[in-house]
Amino acid sequence: MPEHDVLIIGAGLAGQRAALAAAREGVSVAIMSKVHPVRSHSVAAAGGINAAISVADDWRSHAYDTVKGSDFLGDQDAIEVMCSEAPGEVMHLEHIGVTFHRNDAGEMDLRAFGGASMKRTAYVADITGQAILHVLYEQLMKHSATVERFEEWFTTSLIIDDSGACVGVVARDIRTGAMETFTAKNVIFASGGAGQCFKPTTNALICTADGIAQAYRAGAPLMDMEMIQYHPTTLAENGFLITEGARGEGAHLLNRDGERFMAKMAPNKMELASRDVVSRAEQIEINEGRGVGPDGRGIYLDITVVPRRRILEALREIVNIGRDFAGVDITREPIIIQPGQHYIMGGVRTDSDGRTPIEGLYAAGEVACVSVHGGNRLGANSLLDTLIFGRRAGEHAAARSRSIAMPAVSDAHLRRDTRMIEEIIARPGNGRRISEIKDELGTTMNQHVAVFREEAGLAQALEVVRRLKEEAQHAQIDDRGTVFNQDVLGAIELGYMIDTAETIVLSALERKESRGAQFRTDYPERDDAQWLKHINVSVNGGGEPAISYSPVTITQWQPEERKY
Amino acid sequence: MAEFKLRLRRYDPESGEPPYWDEHTIELEPHRSVLEAILQAKGRFDGSIGIRCSCRAAICGSCGVRVNGQPGLACHTHLSEALERSRDGAIEVEPMGNMPVIKDLIVDMDAVHWKKVQSVTPWLLGREPVPEREYLVDREAMVDVTQSMACIQCGACVSDCLAMEVDPEFTGPAALAKAYRFVGDPRDAEHEERLRYLAENEHGLYTCTHCFKCVDACPKDVNPMGQIMRLRRIAGSDHHIEDRNNGYRHEHAFVKNIKRNGLLHEADLLPDSYGGKFHPRAVPELIASLPVALRGMLRGKITPAKALLHPHKASKEVRGIFEKIEAKPERYELNLYVSGTDEDNAPTNAAELTKSGGAA
Repeated sequence: MPEHDVLIIGAGLAGQRAALAAAREGVSVAIMSKVHPVRSHSVAAAGGINAAISVADDWRSHAYDTVKGSDFLGDQDAIEVMCSEAPGEVMHLEHIGVTFHRNDAGEMDLRAFGGASMKRTAYVADITGQAILHVLYEQLMKHSATVERFEEWFTTSLIIDDSGACVGVVARDIRTGAMETFTAKNVIFASGGAGQCFKPTTNALICTADGIAQAYRAGAPLMDMEMIQYHPTTLAENGFLITEGARGEGAHLLNRDGERFMAKMAPNKMELASRDVVSRAEQIEINEGRGVGPDGRGIYLDITVVPRRRILEALREIVNIGRDFAGVDITREPIIIQPGQHYIMGGVRTDSDGRTPIEGLYAAGEVACVSVHGGNRLGANSLLDTLIFGRRAGEHAAARSRSIAMPAVSDAHLRRDTRMIEEIIARPGNGRRISEIKDELGTTMNQHVAVFREEAGLAQALEVVRRLKEEAQHAQIDDRGTVFNQDVLGAIELGYMIDTAETIVLSALERKESRGAQFRTDYPERDDAQWLKHINVSVNGGGEPAISYSPVTITQWQPEERKY
Repeated sequence: MAEFKLRLRRYDPESGEPPYWDEHTIELEPHRSVLEAILQAKGRFDGSIGIRCSCRAAICGSCGVRVNGQPGLACHTHLSEALERSRDGAIEVEPMGNMPVIKDLIVDMDAVHWKKVQSVTPWLLGREPVPEREYLVDREAMVDVTQSMACIQCGACVSDCLAMEVDPEFTGPAALAKAYRFVGDPRDAEHEERLRYLAENEHGLYTCTHCFKCVDACPKDVNPMGQIMRLRRIAGSDHHIEDRNNGYRHEHAFVKNIKRNGLLHEADLLPDSYGGKFHPRAVPELIASLPVALRGMLRGKITPAKALLHPHKASKEVRGIFEKIEAKPERYELNLYVSGTDEDNAPTNAAELTKSGGAA
């Protein structure tokens, strides 16, 4: 039975950073992921990473922009940690090999990004996430003697001991189907977001809320779950991401009449207002009949105003996406985009060392809610979040492991999860198909829990989600084998997504105001007196999930009207 | 919406049965991807179809396969494009080559691809002292290595590498492109050591046969063969590494041979690669190659006259190309990220950029 001081679940940026940080402290470390680490969804982050590295900049300015971007729901102590540590972290990445784009003086170049008061986004063309992820994996290969890797292993549940502490996980080797107990003094969830609860989404097929749901089931509270980011520029054709870097480089948004409509909502920042603001402005244009495209559900993103040479050098990936997935040469004609589900600000509640309320359980990255993003995340703050809090979680967990003994774990959990999988495989073939249930879930969420929301739609979504929860119990299985049985994993993931979707809808129903990404047409104003607080959702035995509140930490920036 | 016949190569390691073909009828628009077709088959008809996939947008590198004989990403191949290559109207999908199959379209990349990547010391050996802020480096150098950094480790180039088919130990296109990412990186302190290792490895730098398969296969324009050629040029011209595999001398002999003859004079190439017909190193090599030469003569591919007297001489045009390239003070480096294409840029509108809040 494998035993480690620190076991990390998920090998995107947060997970790999946590593993490297913990290993540096000299404790025993393992990192586990259901996919090979470089397939993790961090790879898709395009535009860049924010840090106040320019001599003209100050981390407090970055922090203020982040607080304002969050619509004052972000916890300011955590935001101060993230922004003040950002320059050091970015320099560290540069030193280990990230090929950041340079200016003519050979220093790191910075590009403009949404909601930022100055240029502070370091980047590698428009493959920043990929470049950082691959460089961290280079480091994992370098440190393979001190970080054990379990690639293509799927976690089925957390092990919580009688005292309520997390002491390991049960996991399945996807290649062989073997089940195994992993004992650990500390478990760090770094397993990413929940985009697949929505359809369409920019998120990869692997973003199925695994960590969010497993932590929730184990009793950890989820926070800010109603805060779902719709990215302003996703390809109308299929929902793929077009980086905010395009607007950072100067691209325009145009409606049917060729009007730069952002002038109405954000006269100063125009296309570079916060994402929630831009997505709402687009949705209004579409809803009021000024959209473009065959069904009028799109908006033009005009990148042709950016010099072609600059596009080829700095936005090469979206040139490819335009060409290969929409048949458009973005250097010569506008491309049709629309708001699309992109990111979940909420997640497993943690402090700024990644600790959840469950002893021994940490979370970092999109799975977690520190909360540094509050009601709306700024572009290029998510890479930063994963790295800063991944590192801090890794360091804290390593320190904690020095003061406690290796827990003893029985194989009761292993037996339970093995039986659970056997039962899934033995299901009679008369249920609905997994793909059908998942489609209905995603379409429903995208219809009712999107840019604009209201009571009746949310109530309907809740009803659908609860029906699907029933249906998922009997979803049909075709694969009875053990080697790479993706069907059985799909059935388990479906359960994770449905549990998570339920907490999203419940939180959106609960928050009776409009703030950040949550816009309630029935409560269109921000209401600080009532709702300047976090909503938490927890399991409650077998009953209705329990909703509670926690305060927003304010250090130096009082809530004010938000204008761009 | 159109109908497509999707034919998948299936293999179930638990069944004891050999691989077989499995067909499904798919309904999708022709510009949709082969991955979407596979996922439709998996979702609607058979959840046991095995394929790795995640992002659907050609960035995660999971879904490397062969579609109608051509390696690439399933998500990056349009159904219409695949159909053009089809012999019988079906979209035929197989697992990648050069790697063992685990199940259906899933191959063991660890056993081949990642092992090779690990062999090139795939991490930065940074120059000392490490600066307090960033390393100051040339803007163009960083854009240049971004091309090899754009590799998503999908394995498509490994799948159809001809040299690897013959020599399974060959380091291969993906791992060598990864090696260029460090040799081209001005922050790395050990360029020469890296190059020496790759050149002296008898399955390394000089095993590539310039077949261009990897260039065609790569979905990200990494141009692995181009990176291999650049490694060779840097090893030979900048670091003067004359490897024991004779790769360096062979390359120079090749160039000289063409310069002299216009067309390759194969009988001269081998001795020239070893320093000329009468060089002590060349004699055993020439003796070792005699059986090949004899077989060639028996089959009429070589005649004694052709072998000894190459009638062709380089034309003025060929000599002109050599003169022009050799007169350039710097090497030509073809890199899309650096040079782009020759087409003129769209009009620059710097004033408007600033006004739009770009630098507010």
